[in-house]
Amino acid sequence: MRNAFIQELIVLARQHPQIALIVGDLGYSVIEPFADEFPDRFINAGVAEQNMTGLAAGMASEGYHVFTYSIANFPTFRCAEQIRNDVAYHRLPVTVVSVGGGLAYGALGYSHHAVQDYALMRILPNLLIAAPGDPMEVRACMRYLVEHPGPSYLRLGKAGEPNLHPQVPDVAPGRWLRVSDGDERRALLSTGAGLQIAIDWLTKDEHAGRVLYSMPLWSMADKPAQVAALRKRTDVLTIEDHLQDGGFGSWMLEARAMDPTLECVVRPIALSPEVCGTVASQATLNRLGGLHPRAASAARTPT
Amino acid sequence: MDSLHMDSRDLARRTRLQALHMVYRAKASHIGSALSICDIVAVLYGRVMRLDPADPVAPARDRFILSKGHACVAVYAALAETGFFPRRDLLNYGQDHSILMNHISDRVAGVEFSTGSLGHGLPFGTGKALAARRMNKCWRTFVLLSDGELGEGSNWEAMMFAAHHQLDNLVAIVDYNKLQSLATIDETLRVEPLADKARAFGWMVREVDGHNHAALSELLSHAPWDVGKPSFLIAHTTKGKGVSFMENSVAWHYKSPSAEQLAQAVEELSRA
Repeated sequence: MRNAFIQELIVLARQHPQIALIVGDLGYSVIEPFADEFPDRFINAGVAEQNMTGLAAGMASEGYHVFTYSIANFPTFRCAEQIRNDVAYHRLPVTVVSVGGGLAYGALGYSHHAVQDYALMRILPNLLIAAPGDPMEVRACMRYLVEHPGPSYLRLGKAGEPNLHPQVPDVAPGRWLRVSDGDERRALLSTGAGLQIAIDWLTKDEHAGRVLYSMPLWSMADKPAQVAALRKRTDVLTIEDHLQDGGFGSWMLEARAMDPTLECVVRPIALSPEVCGTVASQATLNRLGGLHPRAASAARTPT
Repeated sequence: MDSLHMDSRDLARRTRLQALHMVYRAKASHIGSALSICDIVAVLYGRVMRLDPADPVAPARDRFILSKGHACVAVYAALAETGFFPRRDLLNYGQDHSILMNHISDRVAGVEFSTGSLGHGLPFGTGKALAARRMNKCWRTFVLLSDGELGEGSNWEAMMFAAHHQLDNLVAIVDYNKLQSLATIDETLRVEPLADKARAFGWMVREVDGHNHAALSELLSHAPWDVGKPSFLIAHTTKGKGVSFMENSVAWHYKSPSAEQLAQAVEELSRA
């Protein structure tokens, strides 16, 4: 995903002279092509995320669309108040980019486990979450974010994820993006890297035949509109590589609660807090956290 | 675009009177912090910054960021007194649904950036200065900080950055009244040797009596004082300046004047 990110950013920067990239001293072997082609629009802010984010807001207030780039929790939790006050409150075009979403840096420990970022971002008015599920969705999200400049958060995995869409899809906030056909009343709905995991869940007998959707763009503002989408369905499983508390499934459950007459059951599949404090590969931690369809504990995840 | 060439002493006196009345009507806090900066703000708006009250977002204007957003009444009053919006709008300060919020709000004409949490103004101002540099614009960015605010590490991150990038179009002014929220700076979290610290971070440093208009105007008008270095002005001030019973008192970080106290304050300022 990060390769699609930098390739797409370069393409967009050629068309949009206001695009700038600020990195927090991270991005080795990723960001160099942008820095080489646009030296006037590239800055390494050093290991100083609060300044990086405030700086980005200041530049954005003068017309730039700034992408801040770092890994895991550094561009989010470390500078949460700068995102809240400087960027989101002022509705400035700053896209906070975090590489290593979920447990992509599983072996590096809790400091590098980005499993609470949705919870932080989805409570900020004016801010749009972009959580693409494959490189095609990365490109789609970035085009959307540049065409609709404002406060946003782009959560990326790492490198080497397969394309799950045949072409760049047409995305919009709160839109359910159909990935594979199935019974429309029984849906699997993922966000971010949950898309690949959701495909695995479809292979489980009790979930075979479900329609599969991805939702790469979502925010506080898009929650009420989910009621209409839920009204068409009886059963929705949401999948995310994030803790359940404050996550995507919780967001959908809040939408579900907005209309007590809905018949649709929403069941979130999310990471168990057991993963916090454990180091292992991403796949192992996702399995431990309950995201693997066959390793999932019956007590924790729905069937 | 030019500065307004106003009598900054008269502007400061009117700003103090407006600030006192605003805080009194709204039963608000932070009058001591506001009185501390009225002279700095009046010199900036009356004599130094290039701006146009009829066009608050004129592209060529100088930018001003109040990082100590709790002292907003000084800036709201100065903006009204220089014609950015009608003086009568100040009556709305602190009222329900007012855009004149109790921490500075960019919804008010002439205000660039909303603050309230300390340590945000200098990184943001640094971003503006960097943008100006990259876009070949000649306007300057002034950021006014409190002394207690220097406890926030984000300021020092921005100071490293601004010096590294040689942003000599950036001016930081510290309202150094030596009092913070509960006690003196020295008793709370010592910031001395402040000038040496700023110098060591790569800034050009000057110190000034923060109530001396001629000295403030001279220094601020001629920043940068060294090519390639951002400017750091340590303005020695008195919290509560101009009202005898408010001066150098931690209590007036919080208290709102009674009718009698307001009358006495107005009397003192009118005599000054």
